[in-house]
Amino acid sequence: MDLITPGFGLVFWTAITFLCLLFILRKFAWKPILGAVEDREEGIKSALASAENARKEMQNLKADNERILNEARAEREVMLKDARDIKAKMIADAKGEAQAQAAKMIEQAQTAIESEKKAAMAELRNQVASLSVDIAEKVVREELSNKDKQLKLVESMLSEATLN
Amino acid sequence: MTITGIAAIGAGLAAIGAGVGIGKIGGSAMEAMARQPEMHGKIQSSALILAAFVEAVALFGVVVAFLQG
Amino acid sequence: MTLSTFKNLLFSILFVSASVAGYASEDKETTDDKEFNAKEMILHHVKDAHEFHIIDVNEKPISIPLPIILWTDNGLTTFMSSAFHHDDSGHHVVEKNGMKFVKLHEKIYQLNGDANEVVFDEEHHPTNASMPIDLSITRNVFMMWVSVAVLLLIFLTTAKRYRKSDDKLPTGIAGFVEPLVVFVRDEIARPMIGEHKYKKYMPYLLTIFFFIWINNIFGLIPIINGANVSGNIAFTCTLAVFTFIITTFSGNKNYWKHIFWMPGVPVPMKIFLMPIEIIGMFVKPISLMIRLFANITAGHVIILALMSLIFVFKSVAIAPVSVAFSLFITVIEIIVTAIQAYIFTILSALYFGMATEEEHH
Repeated sequence: MDLITPGFGLVFWTAITFLCLLFILRKFAWKPILGAVEDREEGIKSALASAENARKEMQNLKADNERILNEARAEREVMLKDARDIKAKMIADAKGEAQAQAAKMIEQAQTAIESEKKAAMAELRNQVASLSVDIAEKVVREELSNKDKQLKLVESMLSEATLN
Repeated sequence: MTITGIAAIGAGLAAIGAGVGIGKIGGSAMEAMARQPEMHGKIQSSALILAAFVEAVALFGVVVAFLQG
Repeated sequence: MTLSTFKNLLFSILFVSASVAGYASEDKETTDDKEFNAKEMILHHVKDAHEFHIIDVNEKPISIPLPIILWTDNGLTTFMSSAFHHDDSGHHVVEKNGMKFVKLHEKIYQLNGDANEVVFDEEHHPTNASMPIDLSITRNVFMMWVSVAVLLLIFLTTAKRYRKSDDKLPTGIAGFVEPLVVFVRDEIARPMIGEHKYKKYMPYLLTIFFFIWINNIFGLIPIINGANVSGNIAFTCTLAVFTFIITTFSGNKNYWKHIFWMPGVPVPMKIFLMPIEIIGMFVKPISLMIRLFANITAGHVIILALMSLIFVFKSVAIAPVSVAFSLFITVIEIIVTAIQAYIFTILSALYFGMATEEEHH
C-alpha cells in the first residue's frame, strides 16, 4: 500500500525540478539543437534544389548547343551542296567550250590541209608536165641522134600501125 | 489462504492474459514485417505501443498485488 | 561512431553493475547475523528514504545524511537526517524548534503536545503523533537532482558545440545526442502529433524522454540502487499529471466534442459513451503513471529478489546462479529503461495528437 501512495514531498520536488529542467533545456538546449538540425536540413534541401536547378539549366544549355550545332551542320550541308553544284557547272561549261574550240581548230586544220593538198597537187601536176616534157625532149633527142635508130623507130611504129 | 496469496494469484492471472496479448501482438508484428519489410519501422513502433497498452492491464494486476502486499 | 560510443557506454554499465552486484552480495553476508528478510530488504531498496544509505560496515550503517524539511503548524523546520541516528522504528526522538519528531518506516511523525515517545496501537500505528507535510530532500530527490545535473551537462555542452561551430555539424557529444533528438522528433512527435503542430510540444517531449530515460538508467546503477526515482509513484504521477494538463489545455473543439457528444452515433449511444470517455480521459494519465512505476519497480524487485536468494538459502553456492540471473535481468532492464522512456513519450505525444486533431469527416 505504501508503495503506491505518492508522497507529497517527492511530487512537490519532482514538479519543481521538472519545470525548471523543462524551462532551462527549452531555452538553452532544445532551441539551439533543434535550430541547428533544422538549419542543416534546410541547407541540404536548398542545396539539393539549387543542384536540381543547375542541372536543368545545364540541360537547357546543352539543348541550345545541340540546336546551334544542328543549324550549323545544316548550313554547312547547304553550302557544300552549292559548291558542288557550281563545280559541276563550271566543269561542264569548260568542257563545252573546249569541245567547241577543238572542233573549230580541227575544221581550220582540215581546210588548211585541203588547200595545201590542192596547191601541192597543182605543183605536182606542173612538175610532172615539165618533167615529162623534159623526158620526152631527151628521149626524142636521143632517138633522133642517129639515122638507124630513127629509121628503126619509124619502122617499129609503122609495124605497130599496120597491126592495129 | 490469505488475501495476499489470492492477490498474488490474481497478479499471475493478469500476467497470463498480458502474456497472451503481447504474444499475439508480437507474432502478428513479426508476420507483418516478414510480409512487408519496407514497413518495418512503422510496424515496430505500433507494436510497441499496443504492447504497452496490453501490458498496462497486467500492471494494474501487479499494482493490486502491491496494494495487498 | 555514435553506435560505438553507445556500445561502450552499454558495456561499461554492464561491467559496473556486474562487479558491484557481486561486491554488494559479498558485503551483505558478513553483516547478516539476524534473520534475513528478503521482502523488507527489497521494499527498503525500492522505497524512498530520508538518508542515502550506502553500506553497512560491522553492522554500522554508513550513509550520507540528507536535509529534512518539514512544514509544520509552526512553520518550516529543517534538520539533517543524521539527527535520527539511523533509527527508523520511531524510538529516537529529535527535538527541534520546540517540536518533537520521530522517524517510523521512513515517515516523519510529529509528537502531539508534551508526549515524549510514540505510543503504538495493536497494528503498530502511532496514536499520539501526526504527520507534518514532508518536503525533505530524500534520496530520490537527491538522485533526481544528480540526474538533472547530468542532463544539463550533456545537453548544454551539446548546445554549446552547435553554437560555437559555424557549420553546425554534430561532432563529439552532439553526434551522440543529435540522433536521439532527431529520433524523438521524427519517430515520436511528427507521426503522433502531425506535421503542423508538433513543434509546440517538442521541448516537453524531449525533456520528458531524456528525464525518464536517465532516471531509469540511474536506478539501475547498483551502488545507488536504492534511488529508485522513476520507480516511485510520486515521480511518475507528477509527470503523468503534466501530460494530462497539457492534453487538457490543448484540447480543441473536436476533442471535447468526441468526449461529451460523440459525433456519428445515435443519441442513446452518445449518452452512454459520455461517461466512458470522461473516465478514459483520466485513465490515460493513470495508465501512464502505473506503467512506468510498475515496470521499473518490478525490474528492481526481480533483481533484488534474485540477489536475496543467496541469503535466503544462506549459501555461497547459489551465488553464481543468482548473480548470472540478475545480470541477465539487468541487461533486459537496460533495454526496458529506453523502451519505457520511449513509451511514456510516444503515448504523451499520442494524447497531444488526439487533443489537437482537426475534424475530418
